[in-house]
Amino acid sequence: MQEKHSIVVTAINKPGVLARISSLITQRGYNIENVIGTATEDPNIYKLNFGIRGTDEQIEKIVKQLNKLIDVIKVEDISHKKNFIIREYLVIKVRATNSKRTDIFELIDVFRAKILDVSKTWITIELSGPPRKISRFIELLLPFGIQQYIRSGEIALRE
Amino acid sequence: MEKEITGAKIVIDAFRNEGVDRIFGYPGGAVIPIFDELYNATDIKVILTRHEQGAVHAADGYARSTGKVGVVIVTSGPGATNTITGIATAKMDSVPLIVISGQVKTGLIGSDSFQETDMVGLTRPITKHNYLVNHIEELPHILKEAFYIARTGRPGPVAIDIPVDISVAKLKDYKYPDSVNLPGYKPVYEGNVKQIKKAADEISKAERPLLYIGGGIVMSNAHQEVRELAKRTNIPVVSTLMGLGSFESNHKLFLGMPGMHGTYAANHALMECDLLIAVGVRFDDRVTGNLKTFATKATVIHIDIDPAEIGKNVKVHIPIVGDAKKVLTKLIEYVKPRQRSNWNDNVEAWKREYPLKYNQKEKREILPQYVIDSLNGIVPEDTIIVTDVGQHQMWAAQYYKYKYPKTLLTSGGLGTMGYGLPAAIGAAIGNPDKTVILISGDGSIQMNIQELATAHLNCVNVKILIMNNAYLGMVRQWQDLFWDRRYSSTCLKRNINCPDVCDGSHKKCPEYYCPDFIKLADSYYIKGYRVENPDDVVPTLKEIVSFKGPALVEFAVHREENVFPMVPAGKSLNEILVDDWR
Repeated sequence: MQEKHSIVVTAINKPGVLARISSLITQRGYNIENVIGTATEDPNIYKLNFGIRGTDEQIEKIVKQLNKLIDVIKVEDISHKKNFIIREYLVIKVRATNSKRTDIFELIDVFRAKILDVSKTWITIELSGPPRKISRFIELLLPFGIQQYIRSGEIALRE
Repeated sequence: MEKEITGAKIVIDAFRNEGVDRIFGYPGGAVIPIFDELYNATDIKVILTRHEQGAVHAADGYARSTGKVGVVIVTSGPGATNTITGIATAKMDSVPLIVISGQVKTGLIGSDSFQETDMVGLTRPITKHNYLVNHIEELPHILKEAFYIARTGRPGPVAIDIPVDISVAKLKDYKYPDSVNLPGYKPVYEGNVKQIKKAADEISKAERPLLYIGGGIVMSNAHQEVRELAKRTNIPVVSTLMGLGSFESNHKLFLGMPGMHGTYAANHALMECDLLIAVGVRFDDRVTGNLKTFATKATVIHIDIDPAEIGKNVKVHIPIVGDAKKVLTKLIEYVKPRQRSNWNDNVEAWKREYPLKYNQKEKREILPQYVIDSLNGIVPEDTIIVTDVGQHQMWAAQYYKYKYPKTLLTSGGLGTMGYGLPAAIGAAIGNPDKTVILISGDGSIQMNIQELATAHLNCVNVKILIMNNAYLGMVRQWQDLFWDRRYSSTCLKRNINCPDVCDGSHKKCPEYYCPDFIKLADSYYIKGYRVENPDDVVPTLKEIVSFKGPALVEFAVHREENVFPMVPAGKSLNEILVDDWR
């Protein structure tokens, strides 16, 4: 069954490392749905979190190919693992005319989101949390009219 | 070592430390400093080819035939892009190469300056690893790592892009590193003992076991271990194109090459076996045919040094990651001797009933199979056979009897026409005492024909056999069998006066072939022969192997001869056509 998998790659922090990883994935015929990568507490180590869609078998093959990259130290498919804290960040701009504003404030309260900016017609909100919470928040804001939003993609850390 | 040393000198010093004494190359603006250092380095011989692609294939032929790392130096821009086909060829067949390209000055990178190209970007998918040197301080480690990566684990090409200002920059306190630090690269050589025992167990239980060996055997020098295992267990052997030579072609247990142009016995053995012991192979589609029906009755043991190959195409029951030689040595320890069985009788009956065959006696024209078959017994036993790509390549795989590993050099994975001539030159340079026979076609040979100059000027012992059917024969064969004889763009005699459509039977076919290969050989000072009569094949072959140095023989062969057996693309291995069915 094809489903989205979360992959965490630990690599040497060298120029071009992201290009190596991403081009290998496209070469093998897969698409990166989200990606986030930065240096870590050790500036020589680069961590990459990304999501790709595929069957368990297909993802296993990709993981093996990624492991072959000389600069890659470790590759983990954390989709079925429980011992990871997974978080995502969202910034969203929602239509909020006078009549609807209270409803939106209520949602912001419930989700413990934060208001970044308010104008006559729009509210800009930030929220961080597990990916499912982010999705749910977006879903509930949909009826108000979303102008735009941006999701960071997942980041994961072992418990 | 001197106190201060230039980047170019560091490169030469790395060559000495890594045991490099032959390099293949072509100079240009961005590598003049390196070539200038080579000018003084009398212990490192530079073979100047006539095209950068030729340089890479020559280094590839050198590497495959000697087991050493092949080294190439080219300039930036077009020099670098001309290496691409050669690098991709080496990557597909796991050949250890170091390809050094010049690059524009570091300050000019990214500004589309003269002869600038993104070599690291271009070679990323076709190298095992690649580098752009940004600072001279990195250069010694990059060179050390590059050689280490190229020759260890599953070998492969490594590209190093060196900006010209790095080659002239100076480094203080230089010392060539004696170790590498690569936390992300730890090839596994020793196979898991539990898995090996399991494999030995399966072998003792199997009724219809089969050994399926490939290029990995050649790479890890495991040919003796394979022989030992086969002898001990009486297990029949099939070998991929890349593995030919690692098991004696004349051996009773040997069933030949499987796959698209494999033997009936090899293909049926793959379909019928109940245990498949795959060693140093990658289950390529040219071997397996339709994956859904491939070896469905078999428990599969897969031994390979590259974990990513295991389970890539075929479901594996007993995976063993490790070096073929080491794993087989252990496996031989645990495996119980096995007596010959019905299975042996069956596969040998297939071999007898459906042998490879051609019939020269009834034909007035030369058959290419006959030319290749005639080499057996005429050429010295340790002759290195090099091929190009196409029909002649398959006949060379089928009809020449290989006895030793590293005696067949061929572009198996990428299927690169034009590989043959430069690769043969590289092999001859690495093996000056051996005879090198290049089996080529009239299409392939023209893809790097300029290297005739390299062959002559270096007086290499390469005998060039051109099977001239005036067609791009393999494509024509497909058009013949599956495309209603619509010979679109496959006739190499075709000229402006030919009718729009021609299925090969047109009366006014141009008589002459362009170019005249004998005149061409002559203009390169290479002795040329044209053979049109079957009776002249053997005498000519005997003559050319009697002297040292290059020779070119053009055989006017039957134009529409097809390669059989054939498993049409995507079909199952038992849907094999042993003969022309029409």
